[in-house]
Amino acid sequence: MANMNMIQALNSAMDIMLGRDPSVVLLGEDIGYFGGVFRATEGLQRKYGEHRVLDTPIAEGGIVAAAIGMGVNGLRPVAEIQFADYIYPGMDQIASELARIRYRSAGEFFAPVTIRTPCGGGIRGGQTHSQSPEAIFTHVSGLKVVMPSNPHDAKGLLITSIEDDDPVIFFEPKRLYNGPFDGDPNKPAVPWSAHPKGQVNEGYYTVPLGKADVVRRGAQVTVVTYGTMVFVALAAAAALGLDAEVIDLRSLVPLDVDTICTSVKKTGRCVVAHEATRFSGFGAEILALLQEQCFWDLEAPIQRVAGWDTPYPHAFEWEYFPGQERVKKALSLVMEAA
Amino acid sequence: MSNPTRLHLPAPPARPGEVPDFSYVHLSPAGAVSRPEIGARARDLGSLSTELVRVLDDAGVAVGPWHPHLDPTELQVGLRHMLLTRIFDERMQRTQRAGKISFYIRSLGEEAVSVAQCMALRPGDMLFPSYRNQGLHITRGIPLVELMNQLLSNTHDMCKGRQLPVMYHSKAGNIFSISGNLATQFPQAVGWAMAAAIKREDHVAASWIGEGSSAEADFHHALLFASVYQAPVILNVVNNQWAISTFQGYAGGEQRSFAARGPGYGIAGIRVDGNDFLAVYAVTQWAAERARIGAGPTLIEHVTYRAAAHSTSDDPARYRAKDDAEHWPLGDPIERLKQHLIALGEWSQERHAALSAELDALVAASWKEAVTHGTMTEGPRLDADLMFEDVFKEMPEHLLRQRELMRAERGAK
Repeated sequence: MANMNMIQALNSAMDIMLGRDPSVVLLGEDIGYFGGVFRATEGLQRKYGEHRVLDTPIAEGGIVAAAIGMGVNGLRPVAEIQFADYIYPGMDQIASELARIRYRSAGEFFAPVTIRTPCGGGIRGGQTHSQSPEAIFTHVSGLKVVMPSNPHDAKGLLITSIEDDDPVIFFEPKRLYNGPFDGDPNKPAVPWSAHPKGQVNEGYYTVPLGKADVVRRGAQVTVVTYGTMVFVALAAAAALGLDAEVIDLRSLVPLDVDTICTSVKKTGRCVVAHEATRFSGFGAEILALLQEQCFWDLEAPIQRVAGWDTPYPHAFEWEYFPGQERVKKALSLVMEAA
Repeated sequence: MSNPTRLHLPAPPARPGEVPDFSYVHLSPAGAVSRPEIGARARDLGSLSTELVRVLDDAGVAVGPWHPHLDPTELQVGLRHMLLTRIFDERMQRTQRAGKISFYIRSLGEEAVSVAQCMALRPGDMLFPSYRNQGLHITRGIPLVELMNQLLSNTHDMCKGRQLPVMYHSKAGNIFSISGNLATQFPQAVGWAMAAAIKREDHVAASWIGEGSSAEADFHHALLFASVYQAPVILNVVNNQWAISTFQGYAGGEQRSFAARGPGYGIAGIRVDGNDFLAVYAVTQWAAERARIGAGPTLIEHVTYRAAAHSTSDDPARYRAKDDAEHWPLGDPIERLKQHLIALGEWSQERHAALSAELDALVAASWKEAVTHGTMTEGPRLDADLMFEDVFKEMPEHLLRQRELMRAERGAK
């Protein structure tokens, strides 16, 4: 075991897969010689060569399309889109092509592409370096959607994603790259080395997709969350002295319906929290699911915690971010209801 | 590691620790490139897109058919705008390092592109800049305080706190809102120009992207629409050789000049020395006149060098030779115009030093004024309610509700 932050854990996952499987290639803007703007691919071009770790032109549509072509021709590409905010030029290739090649060719062609992309705010990135667009991709049939919240999961989930024969959109909450974050920007930053999930196996291991992690067992209320909001939710529940069960989804597609429903049937109360905007957000899918499967077990209306339905504003980052206050408000509401 | 594949991988001429080598940059002697008639058809422009239009020779003398014969007072104005851009950049860079602003992007070494082009255009012409065109705002006379207010996201910020620093706009100055997403403005400028033609106005649109961004599909949309409709637009590729860590070979610059993509689409393409104020002015004047008389769009490639980091988040010492900029064969745009003016007897080291001191003081005084409107950490702050405005023209019910929730949340803290 070694101390790793999330960047090092992701680097380790790609290092191991490049070493194990000669069909794995990495491609993206600035990822080769430079090692990526967040350093996730540092040293990998030097170690595996320029033909395995490719710098690309600044063309997200081209990156995704080229990855598809490589995938169809037997490679296992891991593409990096430098920021999730810049994924949209690749949208046609992702939604109309990558997601459907297996379907439209009756299973004869497929492209095992993983697209890694940093998402989320809290780094003073303004509207073009802060977005959380995961729900858009969960709405496209044929894509798997993953978002880890810690180094241990990040590495295991990325290895699983790379090995998966279906396309995976792998979101990396960049605020968590260096340490867990409880939503309070004024507190000193906590490094991953001070957290158990920063202890990472240096070798090969996998974390399955579609298996949520119950990060805290509890009896009073269920909090369903993922990514940046996991530690915010834990802190908010603790601040209220609630015995909350906190579920980190880890992957949105496939979704671990059993873990969510089992918990809500037990607690009878639920808050769903994500950093992304609320309207048509992924929380709406969870609420619909719980309404279908747990309606008679609910003691109170389910509450959603989310970013406001505006672009991510530079000057009002912390008024925008769904911090502990917003989670506490939602928890209080579900606990108050009869 | 052995290399059994046939895949070509562009390699920059020098990495850290290696000797800078710019022999790949094709140069033409100053004054050597002919100047076609303004109304010439794109197919009749010969090698304009592969040669290099230059006016200032190594001694600072203006030569050849592209010499724009500007009045010395105009050249002095150009020098002033370029120097102000540079001093402003230096000061804002330090301000970012001191933690007063969250981010900054300098245009060091590329000042002639924005300043000369803006001077060659008319105030009614619409500009669609990238994030490295602060010289456009300065040349259009936008007060430095306004730019600084934006950098500070303070109570006088034109963007009301919504944009990252340097993403300015000026409705009154006809400068479009800058996007952090690359190349999106290029085809938008074509659309603006199409509207001007539809409305029978003689305004021209101009847009700028880096050579790296020319890889985006939007670059090709822009050229195609400009060609199909012969829109009155000037499309500029600022080839500063580097897109963060990837050099221009990764945008396709190894095989052909960026200007040569113009003729491929049936558009005039000109390759110009981007560090030569006079040459940039002259080709822009040519392209603007061409657009205004209905002779069609022009793609201009400015051959220049990004002498600074990509942004305050970047460290070029990790990927290119440290003294690269000093070896750049086309020199520094400010030094070259200064040398030219001195050779004309219209400038001196003393006047230059005095101007520099004057602009230093202007920048310092502007900063002093800007911070009275608030900084990220001190003084008055924008009302957070503003976050919910301008998402739509009228605020819908769900945002009104969320604004109430946000107010309650802030009260609860």
